[in-house]
Amino acid sequence: MNQASQEQTALSAPHILEYDYRRSLGPVLSRFFTGLRAGKIHGIKTQSGRVLVPPAEYDPETGEATTDEFVEVGPGGVVETWAWVESPRASHPLSQPFAFALIKLDGADTALLHAVDAGEASQMETGMRVTPRWAEESQGSIKDLSHFVPEAEGNADAPHPPAEATTDIVTPVHVEYTYSPGKAASRYLHGLKEGKIVGQASDSSGLVYVPPRGACPRDGVPTSREVEVSSKGTVVTLTIVRVPSENIKVELPYCTANILLDGADQSFTGLLQECNLDEVRIGMRVEAVWRDPSEWDYSSENIKHFRPIDEPDVPFEEIKEYC
Amino acid sequence: MAEHAAVIGIGQTDFDAKRVDVSQVGLIREAAQRALEDAQLSWSDIDAVVIGKAPDLFEGVMMPELFLAEALGCVGKPMLRVHTAGSVGGSTAIVAASLVQSGIHKRVLTVAYEKQSESNAMWALSIKLPFSQTLVAGAGGFFAPLIRGYMQRSGAPDDTGIRVALKDRLNALKNPVAHLKLPDVDFDMIANSPMLWDPVRYLETCPSSDGACALVIGNKESAAQERSAPPAWIHATQMKTEPTMFAKRDQVMPQAGLDCSAELYKKAGITDPRKEIDCAEIYVPFSWFEPMWMENLHFAPIGEGWRMTYEGATALDGDLPVNMSGGVLSTNAIGASGMVRFAEAAMQVRGQAGEHQVDGARKAVGHAYGGGSQYFSMWIVGDQPL
Amino acid sequence: MRDVAIVSYAQTQFVRSERDQNEVEMLMPVIKEAVDNSGIPKQEIGFTCSGSTDYLSGQSFAFVMAVDAVGAWPPINESHVEMDGAWALYEAWIKIQCGEADSAMVFSFGRSSMGETAETLTLQLDPYTLAPLNADAISLAALQARAGLDAGKWTERDMAEVAARCRAQAKSNPDAQVTGDFDVDKLLTDPYLVSPLRKHDCPPVSDGAAVMIIAAEGAAHKATNKPVWIRSLEHRLDSHQPGGRDLTTSPSTKLAGKAAGVHKTAVDFAELHTPFSHQEIIVREALGLGKDTLVNPSGGPLAANPLMVAGLARLGESARRIWGGHGSRAIAHATSGPCLQQNLVCVLEGE
Repeated sequence: MNQASQEQTALSAPHILEYDYRRSLGPVLSRFFTGLRAGKIHGIKTQSGRVLVPPAEYDPETGEATTDEFVEVGPGGVVETWAWVESPRASHPLSQPFAFALIKLDGADTALLHAVDAGEASQMETGMRVTPRWAEESQGSIKDLSHFVPEAEGNADAPHPPAEATTDIVTPVHVEYTYSPGKAASRYLHGLKEGKIVGQASDSSGLVYVPPRGACPRDGVPTSREVEVSSKGTVVTLTIVRVPSENIKVELPYCTANILLDGADQSFTGLLQECNLDEVRIGMRVEAVWRDPSEWDYSSENIKHFRPIDEPDVPFEEIKEYC
Repeated sequence: MAEHAAVIGIGQTDFDAKRVDVSQVGLIREAAQRALEDAQLSWSDIDAVVIGKAPDLFEGVMMPELFLAEALGCVGKPMLRVHTAGSVGGSTAIVAASLVQSGIHKRVLTVAYEKQSESNAMWALSIKLPFSQTLVAGAGGFFAPLIRGYMQRSGAPDDTGIRVALKDRLNALKNPVAHLKLPDVDFDMIANSPMLWDPVRYLETCPSSDGACALVIGNKESAAQERSAPPAWIHATQMKTEPTMFAKRDQVMPQAGLDCSAELYKKAGITDPRKEIDCAEIYVPFSWFEPMWMENLHFAPIGEGWRMTYEGATALDGDLPVNMSGGVLSTNAIGASGMVRFAEAAMQVRGQAGEHQVDGARKAVGHAYGGGSQYFSMWIVGDQPL
Repeated sequence: MRDVAIVSYAQTQFVRSERDQNEVEMLMPVIKEAVDNSGIPKQEIGFTCSGSTDYLSGQSFAFVMAVDAVGAWPPINESHVEMDGAWALYEAWIKIQCGEADSAMVFSFGRSSMGETAETLTLQLDPYTLAPLNADAISLAALQARAGLDAGKWTERDMAEVAARCRAQAKSNPDAQVTGDFDVDKLLTDPYLVSPLRKHDCPPVSDGAAVMIIAAEGAAHKATNKPVWIRSLEHRLDSHQPGGRDLTTSPSTKLAGKAAGVHKTAVDFAELHTPFSHQEIIVREALGLGKDTLVNPSGGPLAANPLMVAGLARLGESARRIWGGHGSRAIAHATSGPCLQQNLVCVLEGE
């Protein structure tokens, strides 16, 4: 259910985008991440002899391939610059106040970005020496190197070497949004909440949009006038879906149809049910089947699906231009 | 006013469902290095880089060109990132060409890629937003109804799509970098493959691929250098857009495509495309789009594109070979797909296409489309300057 | 090279959160305003290019929907960059240089408020070694600020002075979001947000949209008697890895500025896309702008920072100021990526 504010016309609701991306590493980053599991940090030499950490397949200054000469660097290094995060975000590598720092590891010519756990900001200083702490359990990511600490706290024992090389990493992406569909769509959704399909007419041509998206795209003008349209319509074209889709929870196979409601000038995709899939066809007359009014929300899901009605088919010539 | 520009280097990765042997960096460098080798140039010869790919949600990196550019030797140089939905690979090549045609740069490297195996394209293309219902099952769920609309309008025989798929899959066997190769493919294998989005069968559908394509585009002076293959001169480019959905929009035969190709031919001085164009590599993610685009590209009268397929005109030995590479049906790293079409057109007029070479190809069309059949990008390349 | 001018510009008011209108609804009135003021009939505009990024709104193809606001019928010659609108302008300018169009519409939009900007921007980082650490945009800028403090290139007072000056200048800009008079001594007593950055050193989160119409010489003169000429337009890129470059300088700005000829003659003011206070000092140095050069009379990104729009808005605000008679020659700058990674420099001149 969408949490919508009833006071305002414009609706909004949380929207979360999340996916665990699996990234193959290629030979150079694979060596780096495999090393981290064993408590070793590898850089790579460029053709000009500079040592890049993290290692790359290329020299960023020229684009030329790097050599195949890996160099173990650190484990200690020097803080080149730092930023003190007094109030860490949930996504940050440490939950207590910490520093992000660029750390030039011993033997490297570039600095590595990572977190430093120094207790408080007064313990941080540019030029200070730091040493790594390793994750107790390997995740196979940059976080296998958990963070750095001031070198005075002593070097950590390296974790056990892994049995196999790390060839890919999983990077979860989780982004939270407050999605708002806009004024025109909100007006439409308010109608749906009351069991009505209220399209909007273009300010220029008067053509009726269902659902409205904010503009009449032909002319780039608003769709200001509300026009209630029928729950009945015509199938202008269709497909029968027999392949699963991650975001669609309908039992396979199912029919989705481009439906032109009576009184509208644009078709939209609807689910066609309560019929034999052998019988669905272009020109077929259908009607919306609504959920129980107690379940109505600001959502196109208030319409459970469409079903055929006992009316003669519309000839193709009459609906051709909506297909 | 515009300066001459030509494709002087072409590189494609090997395409596969999962290129787990490389990072995103390794993938684009594989294509770029092959293009540089073909052009007999080095990184330092390149003045600017143009990167293209489809939605960032595919790889989960916002504006990934920012971290990738330096892997293309771009530090200290201009870099642009183009995104025009599925047509992006073509649009990216066109932007790169314009950097040379404008006289701003001498040699531009352009790379388009997709590493679809890092996520799931069906997921990224069907994100459920609040207040709405997600019913369109990925690209197939969107385009299958349009194909049905075309079948109804044209009265094309039901097996037209199977014939297209068979032709493209046989062509793919001749292309060393193609992803999906089915050595035993025949009509029945395709006809008997499962229906996914009726009327689209499994083997009438593009695969999901990892891969990249790169071009080096040079000005007249850069094109004069002796190379293993001659330059492909860019005769004309065109992009065209219309909105996704609006009242009475013809989604089956979109006006943007009709206008785009008409303006393209006009710029290239072509009056009878069927006669004057020697071959075309076009964006056909579902087999039926070959006849639809034959009409949209003015190669056939409206309603009769299917006859070209049926009569063998679009076969490798036909009078207008189409999708000599095996097409999108055989290889589809979405962001790269448009550029692969443009690259194949250039390879043909350079005489570089090996087993899938069309004899005597002198003028070729590269075509890409995207969104809800609403973004179009096209070019014509020739073996001589226009 | 063809002479190309800005002939009109319109932008929304930049606000903390545009919850009522979606991107299309934000854009429609500003597109209309820019087209109406351009003197060029909409159907005659030869090319359209937009700049935006999908991750601001959390869906694929956000820019496709934005085409609805243009009224792209009959179909238009159009392109899109997944970049700030300033680079959309670059692509449009190139099209005109090729002779493929005599005029173009450029637009960009962003509703940063839908997500949490600092977090969203972590997705912009190298996905292997940087993004998993979730080093947010403010923390990265803080690393840069500290590097300059340590190098003796600026002080925290210098930074606060930039912030106070920009927000005071923004008072005369009706579209700005954070404006007012701030006492530098008092600002310096505020706690750190991410040390060494305080709240005033950081840009606000802003929503907005901007639209610009440009035209080549003949078309520009036909359309307006007040063209603002784009005398040069250049952009360059630095390495992405923050540990691989000197964060206290901006070599790409310097290169772009040199190519754009910023040193050739004096300018009346500059609009710099420097979201963090210390970045103004870096870009000033890279462009050779002395202390006497008026920077960000509009208030700049410290007064309003709509992502994907703020760069194009620097060019637009410069044109508006020239139209307003407050100078005739300006430098406009746009940036993209962490710690000023990519930079565009433009020299603008009134007639």
